[in-house]
Amino acid sequence: MIVARGLGRSFGAKRVLRDLDLDVADRDLLVVTGPNGSGKSTLLALCAGLLVPTQGELEVHAERGRIGYLAHEPLVYMELTALENLDLYGRLYHVPERRERIGMLLERYGLWEARRERVAALSRGMQQRLALCRTLLHEPDLLLLDEPYAGLDTEGADLLDAELGGLAGTRTLLLATHEPERVAPLATGRLALG
Amino acid sequence: MPNSRAVALAAAAAGLLLVGITLAFYWVPNAPLEGFRQRIFYIHVPIALTAYACFFWAAWKALRLVWTRDQRYDLESYTAVHMGVIFGILTLVTGSIWARTSWGVWWSWGERQLVLFLVLFLFYSAYFMLRFSVDPGPRRASMSAVYALFGVVLIPVSFLAIRLAEGLIHPVVFDRDIGSNLAGSQLLTFLICFAGMLALAGSLYTNELTGKRIDERLSELREALS
Amino acid sequence: MSYFADAGTLARKDLLLELRSRDTVPAMLLFVVSTLVVFNFALPAGASPDAAYGLLWAALVFTAILGLTRAFAAEREQRVLDGLVLAPCDRSTIWLGKAIAVVAFLALAEVVALPAFALFFEPVSWELVAAVVLANVGFAGVGTLLAAMAAASRARELLLPLLFLPLVIPIVVGGVGASIADDPGRFLGFLALYDLIFAILSWASFEYVVAE
Repeated sequence: MIVARGLGRSFGAKRVLRDLDLDVADRDLLVVTGPNGSGKSTLLALCAGLLVPTQGELEVHAERGRIGYLAHEPLVYMELTALENLDLYGRLYHVPERRERIGMLLERYGLWEARRERVAALSRGMQQRLALCRTLLHEPDLLLLDEPYAGLDTEGADLLDAELGGLAGTRTLLLATHEPERVAPLATGRLALG
Repeated sequence: MPNSRAVALAAAAAGLLLVGITLAFYWVPNAPLEGFRQRIFYIHVPIALTAYACFFWAAWKALRLVWTRDQRYDLESYTAVHMGVIFGILTLVTGSIWARTSWGVWWSWGERQLVLFLVLFLFYSAYFMLRFSVDPGPRRASMSAVYALFGVVLIPVSFLAIRLAEGLIHPVVFDRDIGSNLAGSQLLTFLICFAGMLALAGSLYTNELTGKRIDERLSELREALS
Repeated sequence: MSYFADAGTLARKDLLLELRSRDTVPAMLLFVVSTLVVFNFALPAGASPDAAYGLLWAALVFTAILGLTRAFAAEREQRVLDGLVLAPCDRSTIWLGKAIAVVAFLALAEVVALPAFALFFEPVSWELVAAVVLANVGFAGVGTLLAAMAAASRARELLLPLLFLPLVIPIVVGGVGASIADDPGRFLGFLALYDLIFAILSWASFEYVVAE
């Protein structure tokens, strides 16, 4: 699914990723760890196609519409409601049975009551849950999750555990996290950066 | 270790310009309308045409960057724009001097080439503002390339606009010995000067590009060692 | 065709955002009227009526800049643009959707600006209205692309006017010409040509501005 050879990424003069070789097979679950600034987010952004390598090569065998990317920011419009945001992404990703799927996700992640509220009015944890919904909306083959547990309360974290448990083995996942123990039982591989 | 091509270009530039300017000032007959003052034409117009050539070269390199995604072209495009701006400024200066000697004014909105170059100068100066305010990387390279392509499209469109604007907004164009009826000695002198200016631009371009590539390599090595 | 459906989705999103926050269009309205009032004091007593038309076009250019500065504000704040770029839709639909919204905002501002101009200064002819319509397309097409560039830079609001002004000089020429010349058709034709050339160029190159 993902093949990297000598992958490197610089930002100006600063080299964030250096000489990375990677092989991620279909349905693997790779846990990426490392201190702040070690390039975890950069690696995920590269795999998503938001960044291009400045050194080396990277192949990602998933087309754009089949990738789900969870970033530090929720990537949703603050002034639109949760429902409107998911509807927008649902339309852009041509999600079949869009309304049902959105309703199902909102309910699963406890956002149904808040669905008509502006995202700016939601708490950080709720925003993170919404971001998860956005990421899962189109049932991607490849999931790139950058610190998915950040900002989640216990209930949210449990929901995420359940989701990951369901996804592991059926999709390919790359997870960058500061708490690798949480997903350790599901992981097929680990990558320590920095 | 001097690059032989760079040396050849520099020598050609020096030679051609020396010959060309000498011819322009000593050999070519006086122009009927303006007299001796018209000779600046042999400097001004080649500089202007060379500036255009630089901008088109930059656009070509920009197109190559967009096509191939090869980052090498970014520096080449940037350097070409830089050369274009230098020659553009020279065009404005020589044009202004010519206007002063011809009509006693330092600027005339009726002078199409000057106005066009002013617009282009503003446009390509913004190119540098763009580059300086974006962090180096593939993104900056793409954006610069797109902007450089816009510039080259702007040249004919602006020229058309300036022509349309005449009579509407500005006073009538002054009469001048435009080089449209060049013949014999005039043509030869013009071509020599033009070739010389192109060689000069090429020489400066090669120099600057080499220098920048060395800088690039240096910072790469420095980074690899740290 | 899903291309236009995607562009429509995005345009609707921008219009919805503006309806929700109501910050750009009112600002543009107030700005253009204030500018016209300033111009009254800027015009000397013996100025020809044609000068007023020139100032109208200057006011329109600066109002367009004001609107365009906000064009990608929502996307920039939360890096939402990354979310749009990742979507499978063609990146140029982002340009098209946004440009449609910008044209709408400009039109709303001009619905107030042109009557105000007719009230304060000189009559507004059909050719002038046609020129304004064509100019909107030019402003929006080129401006959306440049706004995306500016949004990606550190200088942001400072950069947009610098990039925008040289490129829209032909629009000003076309617009003023259509307002005061004896044969406005020539200038309207020029505006249409400008729109065609630069809209296609902006549409085709948006991808390279917004994604790596």
